[in-house]
Amino acid sequence: MQLKIQTILDRYGADKTRLMDILWDVQRSDGFISEEATEALAEGLNMSACDIHETASFYHFYFTQPPGKHKIFLADTVIARAKGYEQLRETLERVCGCAFGNVDDSGTFGLYDTNCIGLSDQEPAMMVDDIVFTNLTPEKVERIIAGLKAGKSAETIAGVDRLDPAKIEYVEALVEDNIQNEGPVFFRADRDYPTLLENALEMLPDEIIEEVTNSGLRGRGGAGFPTGLKWRLGRDAEGEEKYIICNADEGEPGTFKDRVLLTRSPGDVLLGMIIAAWGIGSRQGIIYLRAEYWYLKAYLEQQIEDFRKHGLLGNNILGKNFDFDIRIQMGAGAYICGDETALIESCEGKRGTPRVKPPYPIQQGYLGMPTSVNNVETFAAVSRIIAKSADWFNALGTDESTGTRLLSVSGDCERPGIYEIEWGVSLNKVLRMVGAVDPMAVQISGPSGECVSAIQDGERLFCYSDLSCNGSLMIFNRHRDLLDIVENFMRFFVDESCGICVPCRAGGVDLYQKIRLIRAGRGSEKDLADIRSWGTLMHATSRCGLGTTAAKPLLTTLDKFPELYEKLLVTPEGPLLPSFDLKAALQAHEQAYQDLVQEKQS
Amino acid sequence: MSIRITIDGHEVIAQHGDRLVDVAADNGVYIPTLCYQRGKPCLGTCRACSVRVNGNVMAACTVPVSDGMEVEVNEPEVADMRKALVELLFAEGNHNCPSCEKSGRCELQAVGYEVGMMVSRFPYRFPVRERETAPEKLWLERDRCIFCQRCVEFVRDKETGRKIFSIDHRGTHASIEVDVALANKMPDEQVREAAELCPVGCIIEKGLGYNDPIGRRKFEIKSIRERALKRKHK
Repeated sequence: MQLKIQTILDRYGADKTRLMDILWDVQRSDGFISEEATEALAEGLNMSACDIHETASFYHFYFTQPPGKHKIFLADTVIARAKGYEQLRETLERVCGCAFGNVDDSGTFGLYDTNCIGLSDQEPAMMVDDIVFTNLTPEKVERIIAGLKAGKSAETIAGVDRLDPAKIEYVEALVEDNIQNEGPVFFRADRDYPTLLENALEMLPDEIIEEVTNSGLRGRGGAGFPTGLKWRLGRDAEGEEKYIICNADEGEPGTFKDRVLLTRSPGDVLLGMIIAAWGIGSRQGIIYLRAEYWYLKAYLEQQIEDFRKHGLLGNNILGKNFDFDIRIQMGAGAYICGDETALIESCEGKRGTPRVKPPYPIQQGYLGMPTSVNNVETFAAVSRIIAKSADWFNALGTDESTGTRLLSVSGDCERPGIYEIEWGVSLNKVLRMVGAVDPMAVQISGPSGECVSAIQDGERLFCYSDLSCNGSLMIFNRHRDLLDIVENFMRFFVDESCGICVPCRAGGVDLYQKIRLIRAGRGSEKDLADIRSWGTLMHATSRCGLGTTAAKPLLTTLDKFPELYEKLLVTPEGPLLPSFDLKAALQAHEQAYQDLVQEKQS
Repeated sequence: MSIRITIDGHEVIAQHGDRLVDVAADNGVYIPTLCYQRGKPCLGTCRACSVRVNGNVMAACTVPVSDGMEVEVNEPEVADMRKALVELLFAEGNHNCPSCEKSGRCELQAVGYEVGMMVSRFPYRFPVRERETAPEKLWLERDRCIFCQRCVEFVRDKETGRKIFSIDHRGTHASIEVDVALANKMPDEQVREAAELCPVGCIIEKGLGYNDPIGRRKFEIKSIRERALKRKHK
């Protein structure tokens, strides 16, 4: 054990900021992170064991107990739930011989819940070890488990065992791209990256930043911060080193555009990062890739290697006095790491808790140095802006929302997948384009966004001042139980809250209980008032974007579909609220009394 | 650089970049805090110091003051938010003041009085969290932990600098933990400091409790408000 741990530590120079990688290596070698390994790591890194465990236990995909030979994660999403999720769950429990959250007696299977894994256009889906299986049916699940029982690997069952994980064929065999239309900015075929970079490096760093500023590009992760301004601040910030981080922790339920960009146009993303590095003056870049996309890791590493071979990454890029390289940092299962400061904490080997701001990452980010964190799509857009011109990009979209954006469309429509839309198009137009079927509600930007009515809001426009979509678009038809969806979203936020601040950690649970209460037919007008008031509290006082938006599934559906709530409310009779179960309360007392009597007698 | 800001309409002079919560205290305006301690790095976890800054609600411990800032502390809506956050904590854990060793010297209890809390508006959860009694000199009463992070950030092994306290898991599953071997190495004085540092009755020094008679307990001698406002020097 000591020797093995020492080998792993040596790989990272016993640098505790690389704890995420170290924990992954331990887990991939031993199956889990044992107490013994934790103690050995603690000694090697001059940390306490509890300090290591603090990080390990934060992330969903690290195990500190044996997790079963095959780890199976079934994505529990509202889209999967509309497509037979429950039945799959039952099937898995039956054929694996254990309940979710457990390992079967033989130690072969561990069944685990997980939130959206970025495959909403081909759900139901699950991860088995490093492999994903999509468009699941009970029969397909039975076949997969039978294969595992017969000693086959997940790769063999998926038919990718003979394919090279570094090649696109491997990725394509596992998941579909579903790119549904051709737009002006993304997924352009056969781009000549050496020439494109050579042209870009003809420009001075300040010119690059000016061009990006003039393009009007705003961050595509959702917040919409002007990219040029961020880079200007980064260029002007003082720091021995500066870092470029690509946020590929695409965790918002319903979004999968970054997965497709990284599959189809990884060069655009890398080129965008190199251009950013040239502009800001950075020598090191990181792609923070969510662990759900493990099947993209080898492929992306190959793309980076190819760039190095062509002299586009590494020292003296294209013969210039410009060094820049990129490494991939794997996440380990935490939605909160999509927040840029939580992501940076994670890159430093810590729990993914958002930092107190100020200072902002562009002043003090990764390892305390100026750091520009941008979304995958932002970098891809930059690669095109620099190739075509700011004016060209600016002419697309609207005055305040320039260019195009990618939508990940899922739910009740004929053609789920990736769409490139120009900012400024209406919701109705998008719904027609994707073949929405009898839509009632549209969830814009995932749970953290807004639930709008397909009827009332059809003429609203996609742009930063109206529907400022982060890329996730889920369509729910008239037959969907919207409040069930709200409950699922509220549970999602409870699951994913890091817990560092009070309103999000504690308030989220109370709001989740409220929707359950109302759905159980035990809510009254007072509960709706509480939801509004407590939701406002969370929005106003939480530390990061997760907490400030966590009440939105409730608040936005209450606003658009109040009748769904009202029809479930009951009017209190007498002084007691309908949520108070007098009988149960008295029974609890009686039970406690009986327990005491029995205790005394025995 | 000297600047001017207003707090509840009163103009005050401060140094650019000073923490709002300190500036307020220096000018006689009490803002409750449960994680923040003057002179120590800001933790920003409890949010009990939430005030309105130029119209937006912000935690006062996280805000560096700048010229022209308009701050509302005692405006009713934001004052009620602070109260609600304290109530959330009372409902989330088990805080039975009358039977708690920390009663009278507990910051959560004292702040509860300051915000005028009578009962929590949130449903009490009565969590069952196992206590940690393994360390020789202290124990953790986990169902009182408010996850302020003070012990995690500020208590270190003197010899190696390693963390002694930590928080496992996340969200509702979060749990305060202690490294028993390191805790057993803590000198008595450090154990006392850790227990004092804890704003609630979670870290308790073994062999010490209920020592001061009612009426002569810490916050009865001098209230938490008086203590916060007194310390003017930096």
